[in-house]
Amino acid sequence: MELLGLLSDGFLVAFEPLNLGLIVLGVVVGLFVGAMPGLGSVNGVAILLPMTFLVPPASAIMFLAALYYGAMYGGAISSIMLGIPGASTAVATTFDGRPLAMQGEADKALIAAALASFAGGTISVILFTLFAPPLASVALDFGDPEIFALMILAFATFVGLSGDDIAKTIFSICIGMVMSAIGFDIISGEPRLVLFDLIGFQSKINFLVLAIGIYGIGEMMWTIEVSRGETMMSKATITWDRTMSNLKIIWGTWKAWLMGSGLGFFVGILPAAGATPGSLMAYGVAKMTAKDPSRFGKGAVEGVVAPEAANNAASTGSMLPMLTLGIPGSPTTAVLLGGMVIWGLQPGPRLFVTETDFVWGLIASLYAANLFAVIINIAFIPLFLWFLRTPFTILAPLIFVLSMVGGYASTERMFDVWLMLILGVGGYLMRKLDYPVAPAVLAIVLGPIAEPALRQSLLISGGDAMVFVNRPIAGPITIIALVLLFLPAIQFVWRKYVRSTKQAAG
Amino acid sequence: MKTIFRKLLGVGIAAGLVTGFTAVTGKTALAWEPVKPIQFVVMAGKGGGADKLARLIQSIIEKHKLSSKPVTPINKPGGSGAEALVYMKNHKDADHAIMVTLNSFYTTPMRQPRLGVDPLTFAPIARMAEDTFLLWVNKDSGIKNVDEFVAAAKAAGNKWIMAGTGKASEDNLLTDFLNAAYGLNMKYVPYKGGGKVAKQLAGNHANSTVNNPSEQLGFYEAGKTVALAAFTDERLPLFKDAPTFKELGKDFVYYMQRSVVGAPGMSADAQAFYQGVFKKVYDTPEWQTYMKKKSLQGELLQGDALMAYWKRENEVHRKMLIKMGAIKG
Repeated sequence: MELLGLLSDGFLVAFEPLNLGLIVLGVVVGLFVGAMPGLGSVNGVAILLPMTFLVPPASAIMFLAALYYGAMYGGAISSIMLGIPGASTAVATTFDGRPLAMQGEADKALIAAALASFAGGTISVILFTLFAPPLASVALDFGDPEIFALMILAFATFVGLSGDDIAKTIFSICIGMVMSAIGFDIISGEPRLVLFDLIGFQSKINFLVLAIGIYGIGEMMWTIEVSRGETMMSKATITWDRTMSNLKIIWGTWKAWLMGSGLGFFVGILPAAGATPGSLMAYGVAKMTAKDPSRFGKGAVEGVVAPEAANNAASTGSMLPMLTLGIPGSPTTAVLLGGMVIWGLQPGPRLFVTETDFVWGLIASLYAANLFAVIINIAFIPLFLWFLRTPFTILAPLIFVLSMVGGYASTERMFDVWLMLILGVGGYLMRKLDYPVAPAVLAIVLGPIAEPALRQSLLISGGDAMVFVNRPIAGPITIIALVLLFLPAIQFVWRKYVRSTKQAAG
Repeated sequence: MKTIFRKLLGVGIAAGLVTGFTAVTGKTALAWEPVKPIQFVVMAGKGGGADKLARLIQSIIEKHKLSSKPVTPINKPGGSGAEALVYMKNHKDADHAIMVTLNSFYTTPMRQPRLGVDPLTFAPIARMAEDTFLLWVNKDSGIKNVDEFVAAAKAAGNKWIMAGTGKASEDNLLTDFLNAAYGLNMKYVPYKGGGKVAKQLAGNHANSTVNNPSEQLGFYEAGKTVALAAFTDERLPLFKDAPTFKELGKDFVYYMQRSVVGAPGMSADAQAFYQGVFKKVYDTPEWQTYMKKKSLQGELLQGDALMAYWKRENEVHRKMLIKMGAIKG
């Protein structure tokens, strides 16, 4: 009951006219920032952070949190419409959102993304309200072996899928891992894999450069080849009847909503992870648990719903270690954390006790931000669809230019623009040769988290790999991951065995 | 129609050029001013001490309107600052690139001669403060003083985990000092950023750390971690119960600079501009409060005085690295 009292006090703070106005403004700015390729929530929050000096700290963080939320909604828009991930958190949304749009079902994908974002956001805020302090201690209990175990689990969800060619999936993961190894070695501090001795490879490949290259440029080239120069137009329309039947289909994916929300929230809480791995993992699990996984990658609604629910849930989740431990769960919360220091707040376990107005105002504002974001987003869908009806011959150069600008904006290095073009050609070739691209992207996101966790674990244990098995949290995760990883092999052997016994009997 | 349009365009461009030219010449007559956003490179991960510092400085500059162009922090955390140093060295626009540095400013180039970075080629803008170090343990360990720490670490031998911020970083030097001074054999495990190191201790994944106060303060105030001793000349006001290592008979004092440097090749005019900006930042009430709250020490050093300080510290670190066997003499 004390909780409800605190929360209602929080709502009183959040619904002050200034704060409410800032929340709406934050959501709108966030939608835009998220939808622009290259400009993610990190940039948005970082750029606007100094302006928040004009208002009290509680209002400032509400504005920035609303922006963070809005960006999670907005990222899906360009992922679906243009096939360029608007932000790294929306990469998984392109996997199925883009095919849906190509089939003239952009309205379905956009509505699904908005509603799933709302569900993910709301479910995670409820979890946050109820369990924030105990969950903070869970985040503390997650050491290196636990994080590494979780990373194996994430990889396993992608390998252990039926449908894709497993050899090609593993190959794709390996390519991703090699690319993620470029840059500086955390343990020794030495540069490694400086390809062709180019200075640009002395630092690691920026994820957005890679995602925009592979998805934006690669996808565009692929579409040009498929359309063979014909003027293609998307048949995207929106009518009352279509919307009703879409809603019915989307409602039918409630399992993916719940799974995405829960998984995203949990991954978001863990320091170092954040919304990008969360949404990729949710996609993997949704595909794995689906009745017919072969639909994924070809326009499955669950493939849009799961990552979108997860990235919003993760953005709430990543606020938790920020507030309670002073450790950011994602790059955006790292910037917010800097903001808290500037506003004179000391994040840490005592924040919930010393700054109740601030904390509960923020939590209440998350409920409000979610509501506004979904309403504003859905209201704009007809406009997006009108834009999508532009012939592809006009859209393609637009995608190209947006990709270029986005690639440059994220790092401000010309080297990265060239790299992005080369990666784009690489992505196109992978598609042409029928290699799945998603596992490579997953490896690039998770590799830099998994590698230090593995090496730090082994340093601590003195090289004993049992550390991943005999710890209470890491153990079960590792075992589940290994079972998933070898599931295809087990199935293969089992089928052969059944066949041979049948032959022997017959 | 077309020709009229072209003519209008031509007139427009000409007018634009003229006004632009007068604006530029008008400005250079006064003093150097940035003409585009200033990149503020952070040689550490997000959420670490250096990162929070950079963002604080950024907001002070914005709040007091100390620069006509925005200052935008960029994190280059790779390889104990190597990524940031190389980035600065190769920067094509030295007048618009400044960096917030720590002591890896000296040690990383020594350890990696292949980088071809010489810290003394950077432009000395301002030493804003010196950060302090303390020895920390988790409260659950029951350890209350350095004697108990030494006994426990000795008993654990190589199983005693000291978490720190990278190989041959400040934390690594302090760990080596403790190992040598007390005959310990602690295992040093590097992490990316002081925030992560602090969390390792609070979550009982490491046995001890040598965090800066600002990184451990949240956990300290929540009663999760304990400060045993300080690597300073005098006790820190925030941690009065923690003796200095000097008091304990080990003559070892170590500080970390929190300095702002300009990219190598920065023009003298630009240096003067940034020195002016950071002098003003230092004098703001926000900066003074921050120093007190995070128990930062030291006064402002600029220009030649800062260069002299770098030369001295560079030699001190060279000797320390030779002693620990990280580089050859």
